[in-house]
Amino acid sequence: MNNVHQFDVVVVGAGGAGLMAGLYASRGAKTAVISKLYPTRSHTGAAQGGISAALGNYEEDKPEWHSYDTVKGSDYLGDQDAIEFMCNEAIDAVLELEHMGLPFDRTPQGKISQRPFGGHTNNETGKPVRRAAHAADRTGHMILQTLYQQCLKNKVNFFDEYQVLDFLIVNGKTAGVIAVELATGELHTFHAKSVVFATGGHGRIFEVTSNAYAYTGDGAAVLLRRGIPLEDMEFFQFHPTGIYKLGILITEGVRGEGGILINGLGERFMPKYAPTVKDLASRDVVSRAIYTEIREGRGVNGQNYVYLDVRPESVIKYAAMDGRTNLDGTPYTITGEQVLAKLPDIIDFCRVYLGVDPITQMMPIQPTAHYTMGGIPTNKFGEVVIDENNTVFPGLYAAGECACVSVHGANRLGTNSLLDLVVFGKYAGLKAAEYANQAEFETLPSDVESAARSQFDALRNGSGKENAFDLSTEMKKVMFEEVGIYRSEKGMKAAIQKIQEWKARYQQVKVSDAGRIFNTELLNAWELGNMLDIAEVVAECALNRKESRGGHSREDFPNRDDHNWLKHTLAWKKNGKVEIGYKPVVITKHKPKERVY
Amino acid sequence: MQVTLKIFRYNPEVDTTFHYESYVIENAQETDRVLDLLEHVKGYNDGTLSFRRSCAHGVCGSDALRINGRNMLACKALVRDVGEKITIEPLLGLKVVKDLIVDMEPFFDNYKKVLPWFINDSPLPADGRERLQSPEQRARFDDTTKCIMCAACTTSCPSFWASDDYLGPAALVAAHRFVFDSRDEAAAERMEIVSETSGLARCHTAFNCTMACPREIQITKAIGELKMATITGRVE
Repeated sequence: MNNVHQFDVVVVGAGGAGLMAGLYASRGAKTAVISKLYPTRSHTGAAQGGISAALGNYEEDKPEWHSYDTVKGSDYLGDQDAIEFMCNEAIDAVLELEHMGLPFDRTPQGKISQRPFGGHTNNETGKPVRRAAHAADRTGHMILQTLYQQCLKNKVNFFDEYQVLDFLIVNGKTAGVIAVELATGELHTFHAKSVVFATGGHGRIFEVTSNAYAYTGDGAAVLLRRGIPLEDMEFFQFHPTGIYKLGILITEGVRGEGGILINGLGERFMPKYAPTVKDLASRDVVSRAIYTEIREGRGVNGQNYVYLDVRPESVIKYAAMDGRTNLDGTPYTITGEQVLAKLPDIIDFCRVYLGVDPITQMMPIQPTAHYTMGGIPTNKFGEVVIDENNTVFPGLYAAGECACVSVHGANRLGTNSLLDLVVFGKYAGLKAAEYANQAEFETLPSDVESAARSQFDALRNGSGKENAFDLSTEMKKVMFEEVGIYRSEKGMKAAIQKIQEWKARYQQVKVSDAGRIFNTELLNAWELGNMLDIAEVVAECALNRKESRGGHSREDFPNRDDHNWLKHTLAWKKNGKVEIGYKPVVITKHKPKERVY
Repeated sequence: MQVTLKIFRYNPEVDTTFHYESYVIENAQETDRVLDLLEHVKGYNDGTLSFRRSCAHGVCGSDALRINGRNMLACKALVRDVGEKITIEPLLGLKVVKDLIVDMEPFFDNYKKVLPWFINDSPLPADGRERLQSPEQRARFDDTTKCIMCAACTTSCPSFWASDDYLGPAALVAAHRFVFDSRDEAAAERMEIVSETSGLARCHTAFNCTMACPREIQITKAIGELKMATITGRVE
């Protein structure tokens, strides 16, 4: 072991959650942040529309309303104590970002500007409320930049382009991680008292996704292999508006600014599905509505897409029909220039990838795999909890998309992801440092890198009968079709059968690149192994849950079943099989009721 | 349609120098991204081909490359824009590590020199709320907040190619983002840094950076505004 580093706290991942954890942990303990990408490449930077907090900068809003909307959005599967905690922290969290220099857009009074978003409501009137604090349509980019800059200012230790391969457990406690330095191919041992996983999601298991190539579920897969369970993995969010075929995200902020969805007959269809908030219903509701329109033959030109329309004349027309007004009571209007100013990146994406100008043309969109509600189980302090009794694993933390607190339950509200990573990234970092300061380093055994090395060796020495790229392509297609927006027993059983076949075929993959320096082929093949493990858990959990709730829609069980299924799923990997258990949902104020938008 | 890629190859563990390899892709679409084609080559022609990528839609900054001689993001360059014969090379002015991967460390080192973080040591507003900033003040530095640090600008700059110590356009963009932020208090310090010979003076307004920026930041204009501030002594 030539490359051994010792840190009190190691943070894995340098997106919003990892940077926040790194920033807070490094104030109290010797901390390293390890990332497979340069931090500014992280997928937090792709988040567009906003970060929610009941700042009330335009109109009355309350953390209690934010909490209720989040509970309702979660289809009552979110833990209400954690949701209340997050929504109460939200105001300070957003203000802290501003104090760190984040360039939010501004109200005429110079305060942080806010826009409406799906499922954000005034609980008294039921009408949309302006809760999403934003920086144009690149709010995530500005959060990522600002947090990275603050980490540089505070001299946080970064290990950029290091891929974490394994999590070390000694005496039932956290002992560190093993990583490969991509530039040299050398393995490194990071001996640590606390480890924070902030490794993001796994949307790349699906064919059409808004997610980055990097989103291969690495952190969750590494921990799963080490006996840590994953929670609520059947719940995956399909964002309603991805660019047709490409899946690139078109922010909900487009509808927040007045955009509407139009089917192939030229009809606005959301009022049929969500009579009150219409196009600003929760994401699962809108995605199913789009899918239903398509399946009933009302896609555009018989194809698998509908239109998103933000042309000023359409926005003005429908805003008048809805009675939407400006704050001074005058009818809501918007100009092409204003659309461009508020949504510059969206306009750019459409022009580049579609050759469509959203100011004068409608955008072809389809639902796109976007966000996992499930992940590594934690409590509201980011501590990883490993069983039905929420037993804390000593020294292990998780935050951001890879974690499941659960604040998103069965369906995440737009803008709560950025809030989640700022709030829980902070607490994970604080708690990790606090733990490290009273814990001792566990003594590492001598063969600490062997598991990681043998994974790489297997990929280098396979028979070469199978092509990793083909396997990956097949997996994404089947997962999107059979474990996607609508699911049935037949389709999911077929998918699980396939996954077992792919896992067997994966053993026959051989990495042709024998080199050490930037062996991206080896890295990608290893990531495929993670995706197969995660896909298996997602499919097994989805097959197991015999109800429809939030992002999990069963055609054979179309209703929510609180009597049998108002509970979290926990999934372990034991002896090559997925084992499933449950834990109760925390309910404080809001008793489950029917969810209508 | 058929597309031919001519790709710069260099494996430091085997090669003594670089060479070019050609790959023919049948059934390409005119809406394919160059990144899609690179993925195809890596998946089916040569797994050893190495390049960086992540978001695949122009916001993470990983895949800036020289495509037909111009710096672009491979994920924002479509076949219909670059044609059926596509030459793909690593960015110029940074050391090639392997194939299309260059050493980004000098680039990030330059970025860090301009104090690219918000500095305001004055007390926060008494109510704990946000520091106020008018929409006009916010608009003043909007353009330079868009930077994704892909290095397309810096590695297109002849002054950067020619000098060992020039900060380069991207670092100056970062300086501009803070110097013109009404809330920031360290403009003077940053102006001192960018006024050194390794800074603004090395910009000879070739406009290559502005042409190369995939975020369409008016980089030469931003640098011009910094230059003006050194002359007038005022940030406005």
